[in-house]
Amino acid sequence: MTTENTKTTANIEKRSSAFAYAPAPESRSVVDIAPSYGLFIDGEFVEAADGKVFKTVSPSTEEVLSEIAQAGEADVDRAVKAARRAFGKWSALPGSERAKYLFRIARVIQERSRELAVLETLDNGKPIKETRDADLPLVAAHFFYYAGWADKLDHAGFGANPQPLGVAGQVIPWNFPLLMLAWKIAPALATGNTVVLKPAETTPLSALFFADICRQAGLPKGVVNILPGYGDTGAALVEHPDVNKVAFTGSTAVGKAIARQVAGTSKKVTLELGGKGANIVFDDAPIDQAVEGIVSGIFFNQGQVCCAGSRLLVQESIQDELLDSLKRRLSTLRLGDPLDKNTDIGAINSAEQLSRITTLVEQGEAEGAERWSPACELPSSGYWFAPTLFTNVTQAHTIARDEIFGPVLSVLSFRTPDEAVAKANNSQYGLSAGIWTEKGSRILAVANKLRAGVIWSNTFNKFDPTSPFGGYKESGFGREGGRHGLEAYLDV
Amino acid sequence: MSEKPKNTEKPKSAEKAEQQRLSVFKTYKLYVGGKFPRSESGRVYEVTDSKGEWLANAPLSSRKDARDAVVAARKAFGGWSGATAYNRGQVLYRVAEMLEGRRDQFVREVADSEGLSKSKAAGVVDAAIDRWVWYAGWTDKIAQVVGGGNPVAGPYFNLSTPEPTGVVTVLAPQESSFLGLVSVIAPVIATGNTVIVVASERSPLPALSLGEVLATSDVPGGVVNILSGKTAEIATPLAAHQDVNAIDLAGADDVLAKELEVAAADNLKRVVRPQAVDYFAAPGIERLTAFLETKTVWHPTGALGASGSSY
Repeated sequence: MTTENTKTTANIEKRSSAFAYAPAPESRSVVDIAPSYGLFIDGEFVEAADGKVFKTVSPSTEEVLSEIAQAGEADVDRAVKAARRAFGKWSALPGSERAKYLFRIARVIQERSRELAVLETLDNGKPIKETRDADLPLVAAHFFYYAGWADKLDHAGFGANPQPLGVAGQVIPWNFPLLMLAWKIAPALATGNTVVLKPAETTPLSALFFADICRQAGLPKGVVNILPGYGDTGAALVEHPDVNKVAFTGSTAVGKAIARQVAGTSKKVTLELGGKGANIVFDDAPIDQAVEGIVSGIFFNQGQVCCAGSRLLVQESIQDELLDSLKRRLSTLRLGDPLDKNTDIGAINSAEQLSRITTLVEQGEAEGAERWSPACELPSSGYWFAPTLFTNVTQAHTIARDEIFGPVLSVLSFRTPDEAVAKANNSQYGLSAGIWTEKGSRILAVANKLRAGVIWSNTFNKFDPTSPFGGYKESGFGREGGRHGLEAYLDV
Repeated sequence: MSEKPKNTEKPKSAEKAEQQRLSVFKTYKLYVGGKFPRSESGRVYEVTDSKGEWLANAPLSSRKDARDAVVAARKAFGGWSGATAYNRGQVLYRVAEMLEGRRDQFVREVADSEGLSKSKAAGVVDAAIDRWVWYAGWTDKIAQVVGGGNPVAGPYFNLSTPEPTGVVTVLAPQESSFLGLVSVIAPVIATGNTVIVVASERSPLPALSLGEVLATSDVPGGVVNILSGKTAEIATPLAAHQDVNAIDLAGADDVLAKELEVAAADNLKRVVRPQAVDYFAAPGIERLTAFLETKTVWHPTGALGASGSSY
């Protein structure tokens, strides 16, 4: 095996030079980032009450992009008050009028999508290919989809005349900054709530640009408020007594803390938390398609995806063949400048996240799993991690249990469908899973047995605003997307 | 019996003897895993009617009983959730049938427990029987109402279907010891969950008798597990139990409810908070959907659209 591997690697190197592409960088001149931004409260950009600021950097270059006001408790209070004031009028608007605001927002996002894609890539580090082709179209689609619900709530299946809850406090992560904003804000506004949203400290820019989109759309003041800040800002928002609804996407640990905080209150809560998705490949699966699915499952957005297929479960009889194909494919992935249109793997979002990934990967090695990465040169500045896969992994290994949230795939094998199901379900999480087989009855039977909220068969990492998304078990509760996504913001 | 008394009229003395016949008391037991154990702790507590008259001794369950009930409920989950919705509907309807036959017993127990007149208690029992019928009809319809195909913008086909969340702990309402009890158990099992229910602390007898009905109604053992005792004592380990997926706090007061909700956060249980409910009113589907997960399954189709097909 070892000599064969060396030979394969040599072949791969030869091949990859034939695949060398000239750089194709997207221009960053389409986006104009101001040197500093305030908080967005009651339709205005304002300083933080205590004058605190923080810097947001580009993860691929460590360049400081802008200085951002950091919201404290007083600012949270101010924003919640503004949202409360706006709530009366906003919720009293006819649904058809609220719909028109949301349609306007969807259209402005489409018009400005190139600018926003570049901005998101700069602030988050993910490839422009993904922001341009995945994030932004989905962001616009979410607003468009929920716009259409605003005047049809009587027909959504929650009884006649369902009412909004009031002020929604929303805390979103850094992996899909604008998309998570859309998932949260679009259904909240469609149902007549007003919002205070806290973007992640490493990716506040697109949310602040969204504030400008609200201005262009003529959205009434106070309906949307944006408060950049750290975890303590989020905690203050969740705890604020005048918040009626808490929506959080992020880690399971923080999700549990929030569940404890809202206990005994009347606050409605939805949580979209971590995952450790199993991607199950049966021996009759089309190998090439499965390899593509595995790659998009774990290397999309550098694996910083809660529903990533981070555990590959492959049927023993095809394990060698599949791994050879997978390694060959990984060797063709291009890592580097996220603004380059040819880039597949961008930067890790922050130094902190990079160190978490590094620690877990070292633990994987220490526990006896076998680490492999393609030949891959990392840029000298910024936060980078080469695509990595682990073989010889058992279910007891930390890397098979803990969410790594990075471009790291753990490979396990199985012999029978029952064993695959048992291993897939052997997790505290239950967000996503993948099934690869040509056999329809097997897809349906296995999908039926998997304890996960989203199952992709013969595909992976597909999203659509019409489709409910959310987890079982410790991956949280509530669904976002589809008519199910309305429930979290209505008094039902 | 060959020697019939010549006088067809009963002698006065015999009538007297009948009046003085000593009735047979019932030892009320828990219902766990389809069996009727006493509490593991060997403890009982005194149950009285609304006037303070002794009715019976009920088991005073311990945390060990609660854990045993979770084991039984988990064991039953696979079979019950895997049964067809049609079959579950049949079983729920069978419960209504069995209750109808024992109507008088429950009228008496409810009247004693809740201090109601015979006619009021009869109204409660009738409503409870009808509630089983209502939920029996929901088992094979809820998936169509809350699930469905999603019109995705791409060459994919996807379906959202509801699935039971798993093992559910229910703290039965304290006041409505029978109608309230049925109103919180039936929706949980209608959708394929299994349940551990903590009966009304003051009036546990109708709940314990319900166990006898369930045992003879084709409900598989372990699907419903009934515990009696101190709500707070039993609920605390159940709210913290890592193999319980959801908890309905109907029978908890505000202080206890908050404490249990905090404990439930540890494995992110789905929580239904206590709320004012008129159990006589039409229940709607909230209690059905509260214990459902939504699973969305995607599959590619051939390419759609103007460019032609790729299948």
